Amino acid sequence: MSVLLIAEHNNKELRPFSYNAVTAASKINEDLHILILGNNSESVAKAASEIPLVKKVIHVDNEIFENFTAENYTSTILKHADNYSQIVSSANTFGKNLMPRVAALMDTSQISDIIDVISEDTFLRPIYAGNAFATVKSTDKKKCITIRPTSFDAAPSTGGSAEIVKSEPGEKFESSKFVKREEIKSDRPELGTARVVISGGRGMQNSDNFKLITAIADKLNAAIGASRAAVDAGYITNDHQVGQTGKVVVPDLYIAVGISGAIQHLAGMKESKIIVAINKDGEAPIFSVADYGLEADLFEALPQFLDELNKLNSLQK
Amino acid sequence: MKILVAVKRVIDYNVQIRVKDDGTGVVTDNVKMSTNPPDDNAIEEAVKIKESGKAKEVVAITIGDDKAQETVRKALAVGADRGIHVKVEGIIEPLAVSKILKKIVEKESPDLVFMGKQAIDDDCNQTGQMLAAILNWPQATFASKIDVKEKSLEVTREIDEGLETIEVNIPAIVTCDLRLNEPRYASLPNIMKAKKKPLEQLNASDLGVDTKARIEQIKVEEPPKRKAGIKVASVSELVQKLKNEAKVI
Ligand SMILES: Cc1cc2nc3c(=O)[nH]c(=O)nc-3n(C[C@H](O)[C@H](O)[C@H](O)COP(=O)(O)OP(=O)(O)OC[C@H]3O[C@@H](n4cnc5c(N)ncnc54)[C@H](O)[C@@H]3O)c2cc1C
Ligand SMILES: Nc1ncnc2c1ncn2[C@@H]1O[C@H](COP(=O)(O)O)[C@@H](O)[C@H]1O
Repeated sequence: MSVLLIAEHNNKELRPFSYNAVTAASKINEDLHILILGNNSESVAKAASEIPLVKKVIHVDNEIFENFTAENYTSTILKHADNYSQIVSSANTFGKNLMPRVAALMDTSQISDIIDVISEDTFLRPIYAGNAFATVKSTDKKKCITIRPTSFDAAPSTGGSAEIVKSEPGEKFESSKFVKREEIKSDRPELGTARVVISGGRGMQNSDNFKLITAIADKLNAAIGASRAAVDAGYITNDHQVGQTGKVVVPDLYIAVGISGAIQHLAGMKESKIIVAINKDGEAPIFSVADYGLEADLFEALPQFLDELNKLNSLQK
Repeated sequence: MKILVAVKRVIDYNVQIRVKDDGTGVVTDNVKMSTNPPDDNAIEEAVKIKESGKAKEVVAITIGDDKAQETVRKALAVGADRGIHVKVEGIIEPLAVSKILKKIVEKESPDLVFMGKQAIDDDCNQTGQMLAAILNWPQATFASKIDVKEKSLEVTREIDEGLETIEVNIPAIVTCDLRLNEPRYASLPNIMKAKKKPLEQLNASDLGVDTKARIEQIKVEEPPKRKAGIKVASVSELVQKLKNEAKVI
């Protein structure tokens, strides 16, 4: 039997992490089908069909999918479930919200947030905020799995030509209504896929001081992250939070500024290739994971850092 | 209105986790345990709604071994009226938890069930959604703001792209984010009073729920350790290292 990937998209394009999920799903089972539930979402189905690893696209276009609500998605997914041995999606807020609803109705014990595929029924997943890795085997006949997208490379997006099959929606769920989405738009790279991330913590003291971070992010074409403490204090919006209950990032370079390095924060960034910590407390736990630690006052260090980057730029020119 | 709140006992979030040498799990003996942090937010929110006059009763429930009762006692000490302990031994998966909660919902008929968005031990983030599914109720996950209306809730949800607002009809399931509120501390007199509040005990087997694990835990190991890094003396040294040694800028 095949594997079915529930794609995350915005009715125009696949979200970037859908390509990482494709890689993971096809590792579980090569006969990968992708399900697109959207409204006026022809372009999404087309994009999915061009992914070489995808064998078939099922496209259901209906206004009930405009806002991707789990309740409306679930009834349609269940209509297709019989044909699949595994159903997967990304372990971000989209998949976390959706997949357990599907799994429970299939009477399947879901496996959340896998970081490696060992076989078609056995997976590696972090527990306790990544302080332990568990190898787990599903004994359910059908498996529901969410995938940590940053643990898998993005699949190539072009060159394929899978067939697109149209299908009908399931029942509409009446007891829930979408009101609004406040999406924070930015020209910066997305936190999850950026090559460089610079994050600020409580040490930033206020939202205005985040300008020091923004200036460096501009120079390095970096995404901006934050600790939960910085978000809670209102220095920056929640979509920037990195950690156990925020986003997981795996950039080539992660710069933590005024962040102590609580385990819940480390859970979201300690797989980064190179970690830099700037903190005035030499004993801060963040230094234990940093490749390069700078014990300094951030209000002196960040302007200097910007200067040095500017110097580098002018040298290169 | 009646609100049921599910609270789980987990290793305290400040504890440095140690993996057992035999690979069967993590060390829990003599380790500080607490209520799963977002479950404290769930209780706090329910109690606040009760204090506002919009709810009459808050019932806290936990599923676990005898010690799990501590979490219910704590909930009672911060304002829950009544507790339920469903006894099971060993690891219990979110699917089984949701089935037990469904039985309790059928018995208690609450209007709302509040829970945490994620247990910080298994990091599953499943139980609320599963319960909503098998009850065929709407779900409002990752809630950071709840407005109680006549027959519905308006809930602000924390999503990857920012914030989303949905309206769900009552009865509904809400899973709570840490940003929902600031949980209060239990005062000593209230802790004493909580000892007298009713706490009902049930066995999972009496509820007719099969709690057998569907997921085999083959091994638990330490994550790979990072190589120790160095401290740099100045910003210019840092930039040189990033450029010439790590080659990331
Ligand atoms: C269930 C649960 C889930 C959580 N999830 C997350 C999560 O997803 N992400 C997350 O980040 N946290 C999370 N937390 C919170 C976490 O435990 C910490 O409280 C939080 O990460 C601390 O943020 P911080 O490092 O910014 O603040 P602090 O711990 O207060 O650290 C501030 C640091 O800034 C330094 N500093 C101050 N001033 C300066 C200066 N002028 N120059 C240089 N350095 C300075 C200080 O030395 C200190 O090390 C969670 C907690 C719980 C209980
Ligand atoms: N054994 C349990 N007893 C009571 N509540 C639980 C239990 N397990 C999970 N929950 C609830 O479900 C939420 C999510 O847990 P999980 O799906 O395991 O991440 C928790 O925050 C609790 O509110």
